[in-house]
Amino acid sequence: MDQPPAIELRGLARQFGERTALRNVSARVPAGATLAVLGHNGAGKSTLLRILATLLRPHEGEVVVLGEPLPRRAFAVRGQLGLLAHEPLLYRDLSGRENLQYHARLHGATPERVEEVLAAVGMERRADEPVRQLSRGMVQRLAVCRAVLHEPKLLLLDEPRANLDPAASELVEPLIGRAAGVTRVLTSHDPQAALAEADIVLGLRNGRPAYVGAPGQLDAGKLAELYG
Amino acid sequence: MPVPPSTYGRGLRGLSLATIATISLALVLVFFYAPLDADQGFIQKIFYIHVPLAIVSLCGFIFGGLLAIGHLRTGDRRWDMRSYVAIHMALIFGVGALITGSIWAKASWGHWWVWNEPTLVSFLIVVLLFATYQPLRFAIEDPMLQARYASVFAVVAGAFVPLNFIAVRLAQQYVHPRVLTLAGGNLPGSMRLTFLISLVGITLLYVTLWKYEMSAKNARMQVRRLRRTLLGDDAVPGYGRSAAPS
Amino acid sequence: MRTALIVLRKDLLLELRGFETLPAMVLFSIVTFVIFHFGLNRSTIDGQLAAAVLTVTLLFAAMLGINRLFVAEREQGGFDAFLLAPVDRTALLVAKAIALFIFLVVLEVIAVPAFAVLLLGPPIGRVLPGLALVLLLGNVGMSVIGTLVSAIAVHTRARDLIGPVIGLPLLIPALIGTARGVGPLLAPHASGSPPAKWLAILALYDLVFALLSYAVFDFLLEDQ
Repeated sequence: MDQPPAIELRGLARQFGERTALRNVSARVPAGATLAVLGHNGAGKSTLLRILATLLRPHEGEVVVLGEPLPRRAFAVRGQLGLLAHEPLLYRDLSGRENLQYHARLHGATPERVEEVLAAVGMERRADEPVRQLSRGMVQRLAVCRAVLHEPKLLLLDEPRANLDPAASELVEPLIGRAAGVTRVLTSHDPQAALAEADIVLGLRNGRPAYVGAPGQLDAGKLAELYG
Repeated sequence: MPVPPSTYGRGLRGLSLATIATISLALVLVFFYAPLDADQGFIQKIFYIHVPLAIVSLCGFIFGGLLAIGHLRTGDRRWDMRSYVAIHMALIFGVGALITGSIWAKASWGHWWVWNEPTLVSFLIVVLLFATYQPLRFAIEDPMLQARYASVFAVVAGAFVPLNFIAVRLAQQYVHPRVLTLAGGNLPGSMRLTFLISLVGITLLYVTLWKYEMSAKNARMQVRRLRRTLLGDDAVPGYGRSAAPS
Repeated sequence: MRTALIVLRKDLLLELRGFETLPAMVLFSIVTFVIFHFGLNRSTIDGQLAAAVLTVTLLFAAMLGINRLFVAEREQGGFDAFLLAPVDRTALLVAKAIALFIFLVVLEVIAVPAFAVLLLGPPIGRVLPGLALVLLLGNVGMSVIGTLVSAIAVHTRARDLIGPVIGLPLLIPALIGTARGVGPLLAPHASGSPPAKWLAILALYDLVFALLSYAVFDFLLEDQ
């Protein structure tokens, strides 16, 4: 590999008070690849994503994202990450356009880029209505806009297809799908869909890695173990 | 996060003995040596407890603030534990100071509370402020966040203490001929000696109690950690919500 | 600083859209003046009493604003959105403090004339500059402490309660300064210049707590 890996985890651990959320997680994600994180509810998927997003600090182990060790160099890498979380992270009283313009200013993106992403997801006509009045699918589309606004090199996607009907799903595909051509980490409640997109799979069970490797070798039995 | 163990129990016995000795000496002096005040009579002697309690309490609050700075700068939770213990000890001493101050006020001026004693008023405000420390901790569930925010509060509140005294002092229009101007030292020799011994005694008491509580908490924390390592995470039930650092 | 202005602009836009906090603060103040009229059973007040009524009313109206300062961020993910951006994080708190200051100024622009009309005996025209100066200094203190306290309170469970409970004792020196600074101005035949002693105290308090808050703000937003 010429390029350094996009993500390197070695022995990552994180506690919340006395509860261990992640323990001894290691993985290596080459640039441009897609990592699927699978596991039951509470296995630590969202925690892992938030650590990669620099929103949480790792307690043990090493985390290197886009060549920068966290948390020491979190500042350097923040602008190159895009997070699509459970919450859309949009202000309900502002319109979609105003929300995106706010984020654009924070991230140093241009107003033209705002219009570009709005058009890409088909929201340009309803971008001036308060977010409060939009359906969940539309809000999710706006959230996708927010995540890719600043053209990040690493996408962190927590249930990206939630609330999206097939048509909308198609619209966002070029922005956050494989076609986007950037390194991605995604979690999903639908393991089959995630497996279809993944180059590497990380299975978590109670915070501990239960499986790390290519999707092809993850058979039905192991899958049941993860979600059982 | 792994935290190396430390012992607070060192020197505790010697310290306890010194404390008991000094306080006993102070009591003897108070009752038998210090002269009886002409105006206020016997009850004036409560001054020998009230003022040291107040002084040690204020120093304790500032001490707690300084320890909290240590926590914020190093992220080591032990500093937070020290800060917590310092503050809640100081609060107990502070309430004691307020009660004894009230008794003294009643004896000297006939009222359970007087507004024209700026030191007492400032002190009330400081105690009210620090009384919110524990409810604040209790209201934050995540232990790390709890420790960090409590430390921020302790630092700000610690800085608040001197400012508060200045402001209240300036606001009072009465200047009572008070014995509280200790720095000026208008205390006759025998009173001064008694007062100093008393002050030393109460300071020792504070330090001893602080070390006692730190040892107890530290030991408990280590036991829990050992159990968790030996028996696994599930064997040790969580604390549930608690104001104290674990 | 640029970041602070970006966040400030967003907050002012949000308030303009939602338009809940400021009207509530103003309404609360005016109703409180009415209550004081009945409570004191007087048609006009002056001097230190007037200063006390005005200061306390503004303080409690400010508390309403302080309680709401970070609620939108907490409930709508504003914290995360901000923390993901490659910007200086203290800017968030600077922006909030400025926003609160602006709210307080707007509040006073309405509430002080209302006070003059409803309750105040002596004419207020001549002392207006001095009054404005004292109130502005007081506002700085309230904004700084209010932001600090609000940022702490928003992560607690008893959000609306913790803010005032912590904030009020911390604000006492600022309140003493404001009330005592305003008192002589509202007396009949007032001279028009506030006592320098209290201006100095307010300035000192503002400076100390602004510096202190700026130093600790970082820890409130650090990665957890």
